[in-house]
Amino acid sequence: MSLGINRLAKGGLIDRTKRIGFSFDGRQLAGYEGDTLASALVANHVKLVGRSFKYHRPRGLLGAGAEEPNGLVALGAGARTEANTKATLVELFEGLEATSQNRFPSLRLDLQAMNGLLSPFFAAGFYYKTFMWPRGFWERLYEPAIRRAAGLGRASTAPDPDRYEKANAFCDVLVIGGGPAGLIAAHDLGRGGARVILAEQDFVLGGRLLAERLTVGDAPGAAWAREVERELAAMPNVTILRRTAVFAAYDQGGFAAVESAAPDAGEGVARQTLWRIAARASILATGAVERPIVFGGNDRPGVMLASAVRSYVNRFGATPGWSVAILASSDDGWSTAADLGAAGVPVVAVIDRREEVGEAVKALAPRGTRLILGGEVVGSQMRRLALSAIDVLAKDGTRTRINADCLAMAGGWTPAAGLATHLGGKMHWSEKVGAPVATEAAPGMFIAGAAAGAFALRAALAGGAGAAREAATLLGLKAVAPEVPVASDEFGAAVPIRLPARKSRGPAFVDFQNDVTAKDIKLAVQEGFASPEHLKRYTTLGMATDQGRTSGVNGLALLAEATGHAMADLAPTTARPPDSPVAIGALAGPRRGRAFRSIRRISSHCWAEENGAVFGEAGLWLRPRWYARPGEADWLTTVTREVNAVRGAVGVCDVSTLGKIDVQGPDAGAFLDRVYVNTFSTLPAGKARYGVMLREDGIVFDDGVTARLGEDRYLVSTTTANAVRVMQHLEYCHQVLWPGLDVQMTSVTEAWGQYAIAGPRSREVAGALFGGGLDVSDAAFPALTAREVDLDGLGARLFRVSFSGELAYEVAVPANFGWQLFERILRAGEPFGIAPYGTEALGVLRIERGHVAGNEINGQTTAGDLGLGRMMSAKKDFVGKTLAQRPGLVAADRPVLVGVRPVEAQERISGGAHFLDMGARPSLENDLGHVTSVAFSPSLGAWIGLGLLRRGRERTGETVRAYDPVRGRDTAVKVVSPIFIPERGG
Amino acid sequence: MRIACPYCGERDAHEFTVRGEARAGTLESDPGREFARVYERANPAGPTREFWYHGAGCRSWLVVERDTRSHAILSVAYAKASQ
Repeated sequence: MSLGINRLAKGGLIDRTKRIGFSFDGRQLAGYEGDTLASALVANHVKLVGRSFKYHRPRGLLGAGAEEPNGLVALGAGARTEANTKATLVELFEGLEATSQNRFPSLRLDLQAMNGLLSPFFAAGFYYKTFMWPRGFWERLYEPAIRRAAGLGRASTAPDPDRYEKANAFCDVLVIGGGPAGLIAAHDLGRGGARVILAEQDFVLGGRLLAERLTVGDAPGAAWAREVERELAAMPNVTILRRTAVFAAYDQGGFAAVESAAPDAGEGVARQTLWRIAARASILATGAVERPIVFGGNDRPGVMLASAVRSYVNRFGATPGWSVAILASSDDGWSTAADLGAAGVPVVAVIDRREEVGEAVKALAPRGTRLILGGEVVGSQMRRLALSAIDVLAKDGTRTRINADCLAMAGGWTPAAGLATHLGGKMHWSEKVGAPVATEAAPGMFIAGAAAGAFALRAALAGGAGAAREAATLLGLKAVAPEVPVASDEFGAAVPIRLPARKSRGPAFVDFQNDVTAKDIKLAVQEGFASPEHLKRYTTLGMATDQGRTSGVNGLALLAEATGHAMADLAPTTARPPDSPVAIGALAGPRRGRAFRSIRRISSHCWAEENGAVFGEAGLWLRPRWYARPGEADWLTTVTREVNAVRGAVGVCDVSTLGKIDVQGPDAGAFLDRVYVNTFSTLPAGKARYGVMLREDGIVFDDGVTARLGEDRYLVSTTTANAVRVMQHLEYCHQVLWPGLDVQMTSVTEAWGQYAIAGPRSREVAGALFGGGLDVSDAAFPALTAREVDLDGLGARLFRVSFSGELAYEVAVPANFGWQLFERILRAGEPFGIAPYGTEALGVLRIERGHVAGNEINGQTTAGDLGLGRMMSAKKDFVGKTLAQRPGLVAADRPVLVGVRPVEAQERISGGAHFLDMGARPSLENDLGHVTSVAFSPSLGAWIGLGLLRRGRERTGETVRAYDPVRGRDTAVKVVSPIFIPERGG
Repeated sequence: MRIACPYCGERDAHEFTVRGEARAGTLESDPGREFARVYERANPAGPTREFWYHGAGCRSWLVVERDTRSHAILSVAYAKASQ
């Protein structure tokens, strides 16, 4: 027993033994395996599938494939809702829930359908003209209302629970499209040994062969396609990607495609995979799309493309109607009559706009069919929201109403070659094809079959074989003698585009998805939007998700008529990626949420996690900002405790994230002299020195402490944020500027775990750590000592460097041992009350000491601005030296580094607050600079700040305003030295 | 886009960082000449030579000759050798 009252008793490529239950707008329905959602709806006599975008007119299916403009539905429910899905491309599966869109409260009763009654007001350019006045109403009133009414489906606001993947593939030839031309090309190339990827959007290979009663050799087209597919599948050098839409062509043979999982793929399989394919050559065999005919009322549910009617009948064994009329403008449309006749579906009339039609063509119509030559369809009638009759105007001027529940329109074919123009190729009108064709494709791309205008099967197969031969020749691959099978040679002639008859009644739609009518196009031309690009933007013709597949050429023809141009004079608008809609989830792939980018964890990460650490991001690193202890009320309490531990006893901080670059070679010292403003060649081995680097333009680039570990060996340290950039810069300096220097470098940032032990008790902790095996006294290990030392047989490094102004050591061990070292430091420091401290405390400590960091080294400051000008050696040349002398960079009124304290001790200062003279009006002209860093200084019991203030050094002791309109603060601050706390041990 | 690194072979452009026009020469102490070296770049519609850094590969600085109209890569060489 067949399912659905429109299901034919036999025929089609569906499996009638496998019933599939699904729902549409809550109605429980059933189809068969092999159905699309659209074909199952056709079989179940569901005529109304959606409401149109602008006028909310009732719409049914127009097509049967990627060209479908009307049948957009929402799939699934809740977080898995997928809006705006073409029902024609959805493979039916058990339990599928589909919902119609753009209607309220229901599909059959839609309140916004009154837009249709108001359509005279909603014509082209309506928004531009109507909502201009009064001006202030746009943001408050018009835009929100329009936004509510506009748009099609609704996206879910819940996170997408599905998994998406990305994949890369390389091949000799990418064949796009698995219709006859694509299949024969892939087959020929595959047999020749080429690495071939064949991508087909459908879940079955065959293209139009599945929808037509055509033969290849002795076999029905679909059977031939199955056999070719079987052979391709057996070739190890051929990959077949079904359900895969190639949506963009990029430089050098790059393509992007999205593959959808089969509906029964099960849990754990990525719902969609984004492919990046690098192909040495490509064959574009993406077929063609049939054009609707523009006449009044051509959008009634039941008015369909003739090719879609044939698809439903021949491929899916389902008929869109039981009294079908056919509107043809070429021989091609008549084959629909023959197919329907063969399937036992009554054909009530064939209306051909031509007055003369050959006898052989006429014979295609079933006996008894009413033939109206030289006729036009000029209107349609609707009953219960579906087509019930058409009004036909005969050539003698008589008007007849013919009852029909389906009208098949055959308006000629348009090659679907959008991908050919992604790299700037142009489409040009071809008289021979009767449509625009791509005259120059991307390099290495060959267009074949209907995509090249070869609409008849025999010509398409020959074209596919020819493209395979050309691709093989280009790549120097073995050419295989193509076997082009004898095939049907149906009607492939160009079809003239007809404009709506003058007596046509009702809106005649050109673009069904964006509700653009023939009248809109005339109006646009009257108003001066007379070029294809202007027309597109003014009327939105072709701008919907179907990219104008069915509307573009008809729109051009109407434009040509209205402007008096020939079609050849009008350049079709350029197609751009994506050629078909792509889910954002597929573009993101697995890179979302925490996986958006890689994470680097420090070796003490787990300990930090268990001990109250709150993490912040520093580049890819996660660094503890502070370690909250139970009972601490807020972060300021915690940070203050950590700062006090360092100032009063001892603290430990994981500083492994700082960039570390090992620089070696006889010229290492000379090299560093050229990249730092100060001198490193004179640094004795075993010592460290603070250094500053400039960019070529003279602005400060980075700073850090660099140690000389041996005669020919330095260890450069960089800030965490700039580790990668400094490495790149040093490689540039070496390889491009001074390739003659004998020096080598490598980044060892991740190779070492490094910990700062800081505070007055740090010497005791360092001593305990080395168990007396190393003398860490000031005499034996003075400030800025840097030495390779032994730690229980492990090669370690000990530095005496300080960022806090307190006595401090930094210990480094190979990263694998970092965690153990961190634990040992905590144990060794326990008697002294050691406290781990995070980046916030680190910030407070450095602000108290007036050390600059990323807030001050902000890409706009010179060494002079930051009080580091005296470090710049006059005795040598270095990167940035010349341009740092430019007048603008040495001007006396530049903002320079200062410290600031609120005049009222308890007041706060804001980071980012602007400096103004007391009483000056806040304006750009009066701006004197800004506060770069602020901290609550536990040592001073007050908020302090660093800032860049014009002529700041001359203004020490003066009072200025720190003005922050964002947070509503306006604080009088005193300009002081940036060093708030004296050095106590270094 | 892919670049044929002379050390690593053909790799995706994501592995590389572009710096700008590949100019010969090194630091200049004359302000005008240094300004020209750092800032003044040709911007041709056609073949141009640029410095690219293979940061996610062998860390070589390369001189890549590229046609700005088609993104076709005409040649790739070590920057070291071109100086």
